[in-house]
Amino acid sequence: MNTRKLLSTLIVGGILFASCSNDDDNPAPINEGELITTMKISLVDGSDTVTLTVKDEDGEEGPAKPVIDISGNLKANTRYSGSVELLNESETPAELINEEIEAEADEHQFFYETSAALNITTAYTDKESDYKKEDGTSFTTTNPVGLTFTVTTTDAGTGTFTVTLKHEPNKAAEGVAEGNISNAGGNTDITQSFDITVQ
Amino acid sequence: MKRHTWLLVSLLGINLLSAQECDKTLSGRVIDFHDGAPLEGATITFNNRTIVTDASGRYSITGLCATAYAFTVSHEKCNSQVVTLDVGKTSSKDFSLEHHLNELEEVKVSGVNNTKTTSAQEETIGSDIIEKYGSASLGDALREITGVSSLNTGSTIVKPIIQGLSGSRVLIMNNGVRMQDMEWGDEHAPNVDINTAGNVTVVKGASALQYGGDAIGGVIIMEPRKVPAKDTLFGKTRLSGAVNGRGGSVSSELIKGYKNGWFFKVQGTLKRFGDLETPDYVLSNTGVFEKGASLSFGVNKFTHGWDAYYSFFDNEIGVLATSHIGNVDDLINAINEQQPAIIRDFTYKIDNPKQEVTHHLGRLRYFKRFEELGKWNTQYDFQYNKRFEFDIRRTEERTKLPSIDLELKTHTLTSDFSFDSNPDFLWNVGVLFRYQNNFADPGTKVRRLIPDYDKYDAGVFITGEYGVTNDIIMDAGIRYDYNRMDAKKFYLKTRWDERGYDMDFSDLIIEDFNTQWLTNPVFDYHSVSGTTGIQYTFKEDYEFRFNYALAQRAPNPSELFSDGLHHSAARIELGDLRIDQETSHKIAVTAQKNTEKWGWEIAPYANFINDYILLEPVGLELSIRGAFPVWEYRQTNVRLLGVDAKLYANWHQNWRTDHSFSMVKGKENEKDVALINIPAPTFDNSITYSNKNWFGFNISLESQYFFRQNEYPPNIPVFSPQQNENVLLEINTPPDAYHLLNADTSMEFSLGERNKLKVGLTINNILNTSYRNYLNRQRYFADDLGRNFLLRLSINY
Repeated sequence: MNTRKLLSTLIVGGILFASCSNDDDNPAPINEGELITTMKISLVDGSDTVTLTVKDEDGEEGPAKPVIDISGNLKANTRYSGSVELLNESETPAELINEEIEAEADEHQFFYETSAALNITTAYTDKESDYKKEDGTSFTTTNPVGLTFTVTTTDAGTGTFTVTLKHEPNKAAEGVAEGNISNAGGNTDITQSFDITVQ
Repeated sequence: MKRHTWLLVSLLGINLLSAQECDKTLSGRVIDFHDGAPLEGATITFNNRTIVTDASGRYSITGLCATAYAFTVSHEKCNSQVVTLDVGKTSSKDFSLEHHLNELEEVKVSGVNNTKTTSAQEETIGSDIIEKYGSASLGDALREITGVSSLNTGSTIVKPIIQGLSGSRVLIMNNGVRMQDMEWGDEHAPNVDINTAGNVTVVKGASALQYGGDAIGGVIIMEPRKVPAKDTLFGKTRLSGAVNGRGGSVSSELIKGYKNGWFFKVQGTLKRFGDLETPDYVLSNTGVFEKGASLSFGVNKFTHGWDAYYSFFDNEIGVLATSHIGNVDDLINAINEQQPAIIRDFTYKIDNPKQEVTHHLGRLRYFKRFEELGKWNTQYDFQYNKRFEFDIRRTEERTKLPSIDLELKTHTLTSDFSFDSNPDFLWNVGVLFRYQNNFADPGTKVRRLIPDYDKYDAGVFITGEYGVTNDIIMDAGIRYDYNRMDAKKFYLKTRWDERGYDMDFSDLIIEDFNTQWLTNPVFDYHSVSGTTGIQYTFKEDYEFRFNYALAQRAPNPSELFSDGLHHSAARIELGDLRIDQETSHKIAVTAQKNTEKWGWEIAPYANFINDYILLEPVGLELSIRGAFPVWEYRQTNVRLLGVDAKLYANWHQNWRTDHSFSMVKGKENEKDVALINIPAPTFDNSITYSNKNWFGFNISLESQYFFRQNEYPPNIPVFSPQQNENVLLEINTPPDAYHLLNADTSMEFSLGERNKLKVGLTINNILNTSYRNYLNRQRYFADDLGRNFLLRLSINY
């Protein structure tokens, strides 16, 4: 092959390649769909509601610390019915994440741990079969999920109440269905402790 | 060519006619160009005299006059070469010939220099070792070289470390092309198939300026087997199978050469492994599935030639299931547990988390030789690198989406001229232009870890090599590189302020997206690198090398722009826009003795790096998902002091022992604190029995002792939300020392006239020792590999 021809092809080719792949459009922003900014726990006793809220405006990626808000103290010797609301408040209107958890109820579970001084017991009041899969059919399995639960107080005390949402926990492991996190494994999607007082 | 040679020989022969005292002697050896093996029966011809080498390749010529002679050195199966020597100035000379007929490209005209640099520390591994690691990776094979270790993520993601430095500081030349495959990430292994290489050379340091000026760690040069300019058709197939991982690889190559210089070459590799195993349990989700193919053709004549090369590489790698953790408590638990939380049954299936990388490489090259001047090379190459990383995400729908989806395209044009007409004074000048584009696909729905960017590079270099006498060679070189980085990067406004960028970089903001800023950082870097050194050969068997190298490296995109949670590592990685180039001054000395009976090499070095860029854990950041360890990039002045040493002895014609030791210490200058991820010292000893008469029988036993790394940066205290108190996160504590025993045996059988079958068996970790390696990023979660049997067959035809 003619040397000069080959070389000029090489050089021209190279320049063409280099110049045409350049484009000046700005990239599109990514608003993280997976973001959970807010978890709101409502504990209801008749007309009396105590809310425990944590809001992390920039999620797991950002430096901002989660802000905790506790609306009040719990009463002694009371049975509260509890529910969880998960929100992505970085979007307007805020996106409710609960549906996502419900649609994959078999792969998620909330755990409620309390420090001994608090004299509180918790119990699950829901099961997987309460929720519908993405295709509209209900789950047939009956392991707990923990989107609803009860909190029963006894004597007065103070301590921490920790809420953890696990993804892909081993629900069959010992104690997990009763709410014991230690054998659960899995990945942590949310975890937050609240300092609360029972009086 | 031949005609010229004879002309030269007869012209020089005429010199003899002048009356001089003729009592000079010339002696030395004729050795194999590739592996230094002595060549018996080689002939050295001049002025109608012919001298033949003995069994150890030695020769001695007496009755020479003090003038220049042209010696024609030949050996059966080798192309002859002509070397001009002034016998008045020298009395000893080793000639190296290209022995493997298969691998001839062209006659190397100079006598001795078959290394990449004259004065730097370097070492080459040949086809024997490459064959042994055919089912493993480049990084595994390179650990055979003293001073080379690796940064692993499990056993399948292996990044080479050269004298304590890795990543962007190590440049990989694959078949003449500088790999552009996102080498910035700790868990990004080189996207190369080791089976494409005929030999691999490691230059320990930035002294090989023609390849790049930023190789503060070193350069890894992979070269293919060469095709002879003759009518031939040959090939090779390698099969290997391993018990651990229950898999293996097959690699095949076919080469067709023609006398007129045309050649065609096709090669392919397939590799598949399931879950690997430690002595006690299965490492779930550690399988690999690798596919590689390459094709090349062209014309290779002595005066000119061109070729086209294309290679494809695809690798799907599972990442240890148990290493996917949620937050700092999960990490604390993992470190305390010492046993993986997830152990499943063996499977070939690769689940999330996993990586899927594809690399396409195309190259066009042209060279022309100009009589009495030199050789001109021009090359254009294109690389396309695609990386997917899949994680376990909150919903199944999202788990199907990659968390990282990056596309890196690189175009490079290089041209250089090597002036080699005067064998005493060789020099090389060259230029480089490169354009690179990175695209991060927003389809991941995860914030981009590496932003979209355009990068422009230009470089120019000149290197020279001057033979002061036949025993002393000096070399020097200088290089200038320009890099421009033009990125489009999103920052969370909270992060932007936390980093203090609102004070320093507010002019970079180009658009406001509610919670995020879109910024357009454009940075220019001017880097100068240089090297100088000397090689001195004395008393026949001794060689001394001294080299100084100055190198500057511009920061990579990861060091500048990382920001956010790296899901696969469960850590927040923060780059810094203020990071500037790092500058290394390295002094390396090599002293060696090589004889048939025994030999040694000792190679100390000192590398002083100003503004060294390092990534280390600094603390925690709290979020609704728990607390995550924060790893930050920062710059500091450091020193790396080390030594590589080895010794061999042929005790008997069948028995040989090899010993090597390497150590490096890395410290920050001001604080005198140890650097993170510095390899621990290693001490290797092996004994080999070989007997050529028993079908080339070879058996060796190797002992590898890995010391504990006692110098490491302090651990960090962190708040554990789960334990509701501060605990010491033992993220830097190295694991204990360990000792491994390995064995290897091989035999060779002829199958007819040209075909050859080689059978080999390797047993790694014979004692099934449980151990963890400091430089394995999964050491927190699981043990390293247990015993492994590897059987390999290689057929040459």
